[in-house]
Amino acid sequence: MSLIKARLSAVKDLAGRSLHSMSFVIGGTIFALVGLMAFVSFFWTPYPVDVLDIPAKLQSPSAAHWLGTDHFGRDILSMIMVGAQNSIAVAIVAVGIGLFIGVPLGLAAAVRRGMADEFLMRFNDLVFAFPALLSAVMITAIFGPGAVNAIIAIGIFNIPVFARVARGAALSLMTREFILAARVAGKSRTRITVEHILPNIANLLIVQGTIQFSLGILAEAGLSYVGLGAQPPDPSWGRMLFDAQTMIGLAPHIALFPGMAIIISVLGLNLLGDGLRDLLDPKLQRRS
Amino acid sequence: MKKPLLSIRDFHLDIGSAPIIKGISLDLHPGEIFGLVGESGSGKSLTAFSAMKLLPHAASPRGEIVFDGQNVLDLDDKQMCGLRGRQMGMVFQEPMTALNPVKTIGNQVSEGIRWHLGIDAQNADKRMRKLLGMVGLPAERFSPGRYPHELSGGQRQRVVIAMAIALKPRLLIADEPTTALDVTIQAQILTLLKDIVKKQKMALLLISHDLAVVADMADRIGIMRDGAIVETGSTARLFETMKHPYSLNLREASTHVPVRKTKPVLSAQSKVPPLLSVQNLVCEYKLQRKKLFAARPVVKAVNSVSFNIYPGQSLGLVGESGCGKSTLARALLALEPPSDGHVDFMGQPLTHARPDDLIKIRRDLQVVFQDPFGSFNPRRRARWLVGEPLGLLGKEISKAEKQDRIVDVLDAVGLSHNDLDKFPHEFSGGQRQRLAIARALVTGPKLVVADEAVSALDVSIRAQILDLLVALREKLGISYLFISHDLSVVRAITDEVMVMNAGKIVEQGPTGDVFDHPKHPYTRLLVSAAPNLQQALKRRRKKERQT
Repeated sequence: MSLIKARLSAVKDLAGRSLHSMSFVIGGTIFALVGLMAFVSFFWTPYPVDVLDIPAKLQSPSAAHWLGTDHFGRDILSMIMVGAQNSIAVAIVAVGIGLFIGVPLGLAAAVRRGMADEFLMRFNDLVFAFPALLSAVMITAIFGPGAVNAIIAIGIFNIPVFARVARGAALSLMTREFILAARVAGKSRTRITVEHILPNIANLLIVQGTIQFSLGILAEAGLSYVGLGAQPPDPSWGRMLFDAQTMIGLAPHIALFPGMAIIISVLGLNLLGDGLRDLLDPKLQRRS
Repeated sequence: MKKPLLSIRDFHLDIGSAPIIKGISLDLHPGEIFGLVGESGSGKSLTAFSAMKLLPHAASPRGEIVFDGQNVLDLDDKQMCGLRGRQMGMVFQEPMTALNPVKTIGNQVSEGIRWHLGIDAQNADKRMRKLLGMVGLPAERFSPGRYPHELSGGQRQRVVIAMAIALKPRLLIADEPTTALDVTIQAQILTLLKDIVKKQKMALLLISHDLAVVADMADRIGIMRDGAIVETGSTARLFETMKHPYSLNLREASTHVPVRKTKPVLSAQSKVPPLLSVQNLVCEYKLQRKKLFAARPVVKAVNSVSFNIYPGQSLGLVGESGCGKSTLARALLALEPPSDGHVDFMGQPLTHARPDDLIKIRRDLQVVFQDPFGSFNPRRRARWLVGEPLGLLGKEISKAEKQDRIVDVLDAVGLSHNDLDKFPHEFSGGQRQRLAIARALVTGPKLVVADEAVSALDVSIRAQILDLLVALREKLGISYLFISHDLSVVRAITDEVMVMNAGKIVEQGPTGDVFDHPKHPYTRLLVSAAPNLQQALKRRRKKERQT
């Protein structure tokens, strides 16, 4: 009973404090809206996105088409909504790849030290040296373009980021006395890592994950822009920008709206990340 | 009677809505040392910061702090800048953080001189050199072009003092000036402060948690608790006429010696084989490579150490920071492999033991660390934390038995079963150390290594933990290896003691003999430097009788 109560009060405390953090509230709201948009688009969009309506091309925003139409007469709002699916899916999987491969690698390096550490981290440096775009070009050259390959490319780019964060945080924890005490209590290195280190670096990983998420959206847009991401007819924000490029003088709105979608979701996620960092920082946590 | 230099009258300080200082009054005359003693959280540091009007955010002060005829609280920031440094100097606790790491020490000392006096660089330089000479860092041997990291802790504190006295302030405030330093360095710094105050006729407000230090230094003392001065008076008389229960408690706790019923266990008389036997133990550290292809330089942190611990014995290990005592402890706990030598525990080799054997050994060999904040995973509850070493017993006892053991051991250290589901931050420092002891005892060990186990605690809490350690030893018959830099603590609870210096054990024997009749020069130095309340008071009484 008391356990549940304690948990509950901790959650309440966090919720109470979260309202004080402006960046958390704003970022969270923006991200929730983008997510909601993607979710709704699974069931309903104002217009179908795979039906061309050439006579209605390049219309300005109106009551019928809130954000206007593109050069094939498709509804831009609908395309942005469906494009959000793509962006979010790519970013989630890419962050997942980074977390599930990068964190164990970083922790292994921190726990093993010595040659293993050296080898893993230098390998990370090597991966880190390739921009996501370059690795995407390489992967595409081998496997051909597509959303899955974009995910892999961005995911690989995330691995060294998470490995570094995990290793750095773990190293500073390893010298703490409770880790020594756990070793005296006979725990193996793996158990210490899972029971002691992981829960204590979770904060950092969540914050880093949020920021990588926004970078993932940005990278996906970049890859689709150069034609290495989702392929037509699947709409994606990056390719919408590319398509709009030649018509920017004629109908600036078809470049403006996908561009704003990218900017707003990246901004929202960055704000959310900042807010989370403030919230989860133990130094700022209230003493009860 | 002369007018006081600093006069605090009914001063209150609230931070937010919490009252921190609740109406204190004190006077400080030129040439006088006033000691403010209290435990952590008593408001003594904030009193000092208030005198310089260095107040934290959301602080609302009330009352009067009159410095040289003007109420500091009425002055604006610009006027205060003229006073700080010029009229009031401050010495901080942690010399490393009080100095700017990217500026040379000479630069930092002369900065204030040039800023306040507006004199040219050459004259400022001359004064800076003189000042550094005054604090025992003559320019011929310690170039003012050095950076703080190139100096030792004691030398850094000397630089901080030089900065504080650079403009011959009339009031010097020293907030725990020696707490971060070793005893031998502490003695030097205290003597230096005393000399400077006497020569320059300054007033010194000395803040400390250590009664012995304050009794040695201060002419008058105020004992602080919960934001109020509970008792004040001239040093010798105050100690004779102390009435307030808190002061009495503090005095008792400072010199507390737990009552021991059993006779000390001495190695020379022991007929049983030793519990732990260490032979020629060497621990080396490799340093950073200086050249690409040269071998890495090696430091011997523990240099050929041998000793035994017998069943039921409490052995002390004293030494200053960096002497290798913690490295030795880690080697004994098989946390780091030694470079050479053997450690045998209950007749079994501990060095290079196989993992299965090590698990058996660790049931009987546990540890209590110094830092009551750092020694627990902040995200786990007391039940889990205390029960952690029970994993060593594997499936030998049932889950229910394990829970019983956790409750029993919490009871033994004076915590209740209501504490089982609390997180570490819900305990006080003293309670956390009890929790650490509970964790060490839960497997029923034969030897407990206590690495500075009471050093981070306030004196009254320290006395309680020492009592607890002694009581547990008598009840359970465990042995201790008690590692500490504090001689009075080691004296209070050990049978025998080893003195360690630069990786070697320089003297070893029954505790009383070693401390009362030290043979090795280093032991003598250590014993004479350690603050001693009784002797300080004796000197004080003599002095007060003369005047």
